[in-house]
Amino acid sequence: MRKTCLNEIYKLAKQDARVIFLGSDIGSGTLAQFQKEMPERYFMEGVCEANIIGMMSGLAMNDKIPYLNTIAVFLTRRCYEQIMLDAAMHNLKIRLIGSGGGLVYAPLGPTHLAFEDISLMRSIPNMTIVAPCDAEEMKRLMPQTLDYEGPMYIRLAKGGEQVVSSLDKEFKIGKAILMREGEDVLVVTTGIVLKLALEAAEELKAKKIGLRILHMHTVKPIDREAFLKAASGCKAVITVEENSVVGGLGSAISEIFAEACFTPAKKFLRIGLPDIFPSKYGSQEKLMQFFGVTKEAIVSAVTRLINA
Amino acid sequence: MVDYARRGHIGSAFSIVEIIRVLYEEILRLDPKNPLWKDRDRFILSKGHGCLALYTALAEKGFIKKDELKRFCEFEAMLGGHPQYAKVPGVEASTGSLGHGLSIGVGIALSGRIDKKDFRTFVLLGDGECNEGTIWEAAMCASKHRLNRLTVMIDYNKMQCYGLTSEVMEIEPLAAKWFSFGFDVKEVNGHDLLALRGVLGKTPLDGEKPLVVICHTIKGKGVSSLEGNALAHHKSKISDDEIKRFFDELEHY
Repeated sequence: MRKTCLNEIYKLAKQDARVIFLGSDIGSGTLAQFQKEMPERYFMEGVCEANIIGMMSGLAMNDKIPYLNTIAVFLTRRCYEQIMLDAAMHNLKIRLIGSGGGLVYAPLGPTHLAFEDISLMRSIPNMTIVAPCDAEEMKRLMPQTLDYEGPMYIRLAKGGEQVVSSLDKEFKIGKAILMREGEDVLVVTTGIVLKLALEAAEELKAKKIGLRILHMHTVKPIDREAFLKAASGCKAVITVEENSVVGGLGSAISEIFAEACFTPAKKFLRIGLPDIFPSKYGSQEKLMQFFGVTKEAIVSAVTRLINA
Repeated sequence: MVDYARRGHIGSAFSIVEIIRVLYEEILRLDPKNPLWKDRDRFILSKGHGCLALYTALAEKGFIKKDELKRFCEFEAMLGGHPQYAKVPGVEASTGSLGHGLSIGVGIALSGRIDKKDFRTFVLLGDGECNEGTIWEAAMCASKHRLNRLTVMIDYNKMQCYGLTSEVMEIEPLAAKWFSFGFDVKEVNGHDLLALRGVLGKTPLDGEKPLVVICHTIKGKGVSSLEGNALAHHKSKISDDEIKRFFDELEHY
């Protein structure tokens, strides 16, 4: 996913002189071809993320479109005020691409786990947040980033994720995608956990339970209409995310859910990361299991809500 | 403005009056009728709380109407306690939180280089603001990119909100710090118009380094009861008597 994203930035830069690439102190050789062919628009600025966001804002004030790639936690936590004031308050077209969204860097421990990057970005006015589900979706997202107004946070996954998105369904920033029709329960996902929901749906089909799946790749601005439409007729709504249950997709949907006052009433459940600092290492998959963000957890939650 | 609103960072504004005056009267290449002119020089008041001085200059130059000054900090006012981008013509960046302006200035200067423009970028910092780590991140960055069209000015009035900079957070040796970060360093009396003109107007800018001008100033300059007085950093609920005294002191300065 990251490779696709960076390749797309290279392509965008080739066709549009406004595109600038910045990194902090990321892997040696990143976008080497970009650097070779367009050195005046390639910046590797060292471990000073807050300064980089300010720089990007200055560049964007003068009609450039800067793309920054660095590790998600340093990008979102370290420079929160710069993102809030320099980029978002000025409503500038800067692109923040966070590597290792969620639990990707499991072996590196909690300093490197972006378990709340979506929550942090969601409370910033003017911000757009996109979490693609696979590399193919990333490929369709990137060209749209060129002319989309305001700052944008793009969450990268580990890479090599199974492709679950479909070319048949239109991808548009801000528009949720109904991935699967089903009668009983609506599952809303963002990012790579879409795959888990699709697998859960297959398993539940055998039990004659229909899962409707709405892929909310854009968490902000959230596609409220698509959610309300998709929720219609379902007995329960479940959100699934590789992000804290505080402030992420689950929170966003629960806000709309609470105000919708559905009649008859529907059940609601958030599946996501608990409000604690992850203290385990291992792998992303192991941590996901530990925190109950799995296909099994979705199946079990659906069954429980349906029978409640 | 202070007479109408009865509040403001008075001391912080009076220490930069001459700097702002020289910039706007003699140095900056601007067109008040076209505030977004692509070839304009850029000025960022990174110490946004000094905005009373900036607003006065913007009104004098015709960027904003003088009547706006009388509505300072009112609900529907254009001019608030910190300057706002896109709301106030001539304001290049919204500032108020310290430590942001220099990084933005570095980005602006870089964009000028990419576009092969010859405009200059000026950023005015406070001395207390130099406590912020981002200032030094941006300083490294400016020097790395050899931004010779970037000029940093420091309002070195030796006082921050709580008290003396030497007591709150010593920033000395300030000139040596900037020199070691790769800047050309000049020091001037920040109230001396001729000296400011000399150092800010010096061209051609063919060196390899960004320039920093450390402006030695006096907080509250011009109002004797405010000069060097930490309590004058920000004032609110200013009484009729106080206002009258400020005006008298200014008259007799």
